[in-house]
Amino acid sequence: MKFQMEHGANSVNEKFKVQNLTSLQNSDPESQIPNLEMEQGAGGNTENPEFDFHLNRRQFIKVAGGGIFLFFTIGDLPAFGQQRGERRSLPNDFNAFLRIGENGRVSLYTGKIEMGQGVHTSLGQMLAEELDVPLDSVDMVMGDTELCPWDMGTWGSMSTRFFGPPLRLAGAKARRAMIELASEHLNTSPENLTVEDGVVYEKSNKKNHVSYAELAKGKKIEREPKGQVSLKKPSEFKIIGKSFARRDGEVKVTGKAKYAGDIQIPGMMYAKILRPPAHGAKLLDVDVSEAQKMRGVQVVRDGDFVAVLHRYPDVAATALSKIKAKFDSPKTGVDDKTIFDHLLNEATEGRVTTHGGDLQSGQQGSKTIFDQTYLNDYVAHAPMEPHTATAHIEGNKLTVWASTQNPFGVQGEVAKELGMSSENVRVITPFVGGGFGGKSRNQQASEAARLAKLSGKPVQVAWTREEEFFYDSFRPAAIVKIKSGITENGRMNLWDYHVYYAGERGAEQFYTIPNHRTTSYGGNAHPFATGAWRAPGNNTNTFARESQIDMMAAKAGIDPLEFRLQHLDNEKVKRVLKAAAEQFGWTPAKGPSGRGFGIACGLDAGATVATMAEVAVNKNTGEVQVKRVVCAQDMGLVINPEGATIQVEGCITMGLGYALTEGLHFKDGKILDTNFDTYELPRFSWLPKIETVLIEDKNSDPQGGGEPAIITMGGVIANAIYNAVGVRLFHLPMTPERVLDALKG
Amino acid sequence: MEETIQFKLNGKQTKLTVDGERKLLWVLRTDLETTGPKYGCGEGICGACTVLIDGTAARSCQTSVKEVKGRDVVTIEGLAAEGALHPLQKAFMEHDGFQCGYCTSGMILTAYSFLKQVPHATHDQIIQGMDDNLCRCGAHKRIAAAIEKAAKEMSLSDPVGERSDVK
Repeated sequence: MKFQMEHGANSVNEKFKVQNLTSLQNSDPESQIPNLEMEQGAGGNTENPEFDFHLNRRQFIKVAGGGIFLFFTIGDLPAFGQQRGERRSLPNDFNAFLRIGENGRVSLYTGKIEMGQGVHTSLGQMLAEELDVPLDSVDMVMGDTELCPWDMGTWGSMSTRFFGPPLRLAGAKARRAMIELASEHLNTSPENLTVEDGVVYEKSNKKNHVSYAELAKGKKIEREPKGQVSLKKPSEFKIIGKSFARRDGEVKVTGKAKYAGDIQIPGMMYAKILRPPAHGAKLLDVDVSEAQKMRGVQVVRDGDFVAVLHRYPDVAATALSKIKAKFDSPKTGVDDKTIFDHLLNEATEGRVTTHGGDLQSGQQGSKTIFDQTYLNDYVAHAPMEPHTATAHIEGNKLTVWASTQNPFGVQGEVAKELGMSSENVRVITPFVGGGFGGKSRNQQASEAARLAKLSGKPVQVAWTREEEFFYDSFRPAAIVKIKSGITENGRMNLWDYHVYYAGERGAEQFYTIPNHRTTSYGGNAHPFATGAWRAPGNNTNTFARESQIDMMAAKAGIDPLEFRLQHLDNEKVKRVLKAAAEQFGWTPAKGPSGRGFGIACGLDAGATVATMAEVAVNKNTGEVQVKRVVCAQDMGLVINPEGATIQVEGCITMGLGYALTEGLHFKDGKILDTNFDTYELPRFSWLPKIETVLIEDKNSDPQGGGEPAIITMGGVIANAIYNAVGVRLFHLPMTPERVLDALKG
Repeated sequence: MEETIQFKLNGKQTKLTVDGERKLLWVLRTDLETTGPKYGCGEGICGACTVLIDGTAARSCQTSVKEVKGRDVVTIEGLAAEGALHPLQKAFMEHDGFQCGYCTSGMILTAYSFLKQVPHATHDQIIQGMDDNLCRCGAHKRIAAAIEKAAKEMSLSDPVGERSDVK
């Protein structure tokens, strides 16, 4: 199998002649074809030239070579306009395209990126299925702003969920277009034709056939497939729903896979940038003389932005260490202990997101009231590949290779930073070494571009681990306060939920509680950047909700699975709970049973998840070993069952970290964790036995896969710890110290 | 101090004039354009920079280039002998023993070195042997399964599963 990055990582030496292409847009008479006209309501933003999509269809064909080109516009693929959180209108020209090359290989150009989640395999499967070609004939060209249609970014478990269905439609329309082309060639009407493995046959005479490759040979054909086509029925699937090994395997096990830091350009310099010791610190004085004396070192200064460049990154680091700088660091008094009071003091007024019944009567009708506060610390993304970018300016054209989750975002940011038009900025996304939400911020790309301009040389900025911790957009520290109540009969009767700083994703409770209210509080009181972290908000909300539910079940003397089922009419949640219980071998017992069994469930990115875990708690050290995790997930149509299972396993393994050890240490804007010695990631020795149950609904659209299973990990482990030793942990991460404190009472 | 340093890199004699105190990771990645070993932490904690020195895994971010004088250095680029993937590489592909792939070269070379020392490693031994290599995507289960598979295969066919030019 082949994973093509030919337009990406290896294209340093390629010279796509794009500089003059913009003039073609207005002068080439052929470009006045119907679908270049603005579509009302869906078109590009003409008021702001920066937002114009800069490579039109005609230009694209010029750079992409021969073959058959299939273009799709928004009107054809309505779901493209429905991506949630869209921040920019889609290009009016085309937004999805395929090329069928003269060798029969199919190229899919998409602005999505691959960071480990496996979408190049699952998206390829969806296309190959509808187009009727073998999966290994599909090449993915991803995250290149010059070649790929605009995309908002790769996050929110949305690639398969929102990009997938229109991609299937595109594949089906492309198949139809190929049949039409073949019908001319085979002298028979399209109705008489069918396709298998990229070969079009006459149904009644299989000897009369022509392959996609033959149709493409020596041609440059454009088609805009129009008209209605229907998608394949699940019973017709040959590729969707089958497990395929990842298609980027060979390049990743041989070291051939290129990441942004592996890009090398003749004459390139590696940059190290002077950083403040703390967020909010001001540069008072800087002496670069010692660094300047070093052979081959170029010092670049632009106001407070000071950097050293050298042809070797390690020598640049030595030069940076010779810079003497004085900073004025603020004393804010805010640290990882006081942060919660600080955040509560600074919180904005709450916003009620849902309300039902009457809280007062809920309280009056409850026999037992539970009033509890839950906390979680800041958590780092900590991808193994730190933020990296390589920038190269040639004439008025800037090329940036960036480790990013949103190449088109980088394009705009970098253009703004350098005061250039975004049509002169090309962003190429090589393989991304993990993102988890953290690579939707792209400071390093602007830094590389700025230094390339200042120095006049190609520049690579690759953050150190310390910089990665310092400039991360952390998962926010957050607080959840819940007041809930149960009646004499153990029925939930009151739910008053207040979430601070985590956001609303996952805050909606889905149990049947007659009197309930959910209120969300925000604010901008964090001492450093915060942002989306794998299933943002939902980890916090699910931990708090599922702990509270468990507490009420224990008080009511009811098995926690039974208690949940008694308060649910959401059939999907019930189904995943039952599926998890069956796989786990759950037998009813009221908590704490001493077995160390925990349970938690939740909803995320369209998927429904239930998780059960078994833990052992060392009462002397406070250490928690998670021995077994069973996760049942309903994610609609499953494209690649093995890929989906791997994402669940990844969520469970990564989730052990935020549950047990990951909490940022900081003081006065200084990030005290600078590496993995104090900030502990999950290790092999933590690995529980993981069992995944996928509940498939072939007739539903695919749902999220990269995030949902991580949301239950805090709650399931907290509940299992309670079940093991009878004490509750209300603060994530549940470190040995916190477990010991809880055990001491 | 610049000096002439000669060593074998992926089976080929390599000679360069370089400050011997510079770390092998950066000399490999920049001077020698061998980018398989990755920077992950710079302090020898994560294992992304792992290479083989005389067949034993070493953290190249903690190794001065002068330390490899006259020795055999193998990076992930050199593990496949004459184009044939090593059983570990094949097993990582078959078991999807990676996600983002950034830690992969370090994982494979650490496993290579470990299996050389413990040829018939059990699952638990593999878990212990790999514990100092970090993966953020959470591919641990698949990585362990891949190594287990390779361990079995290597003990069946080629007892050490080694390249002839790796000591």
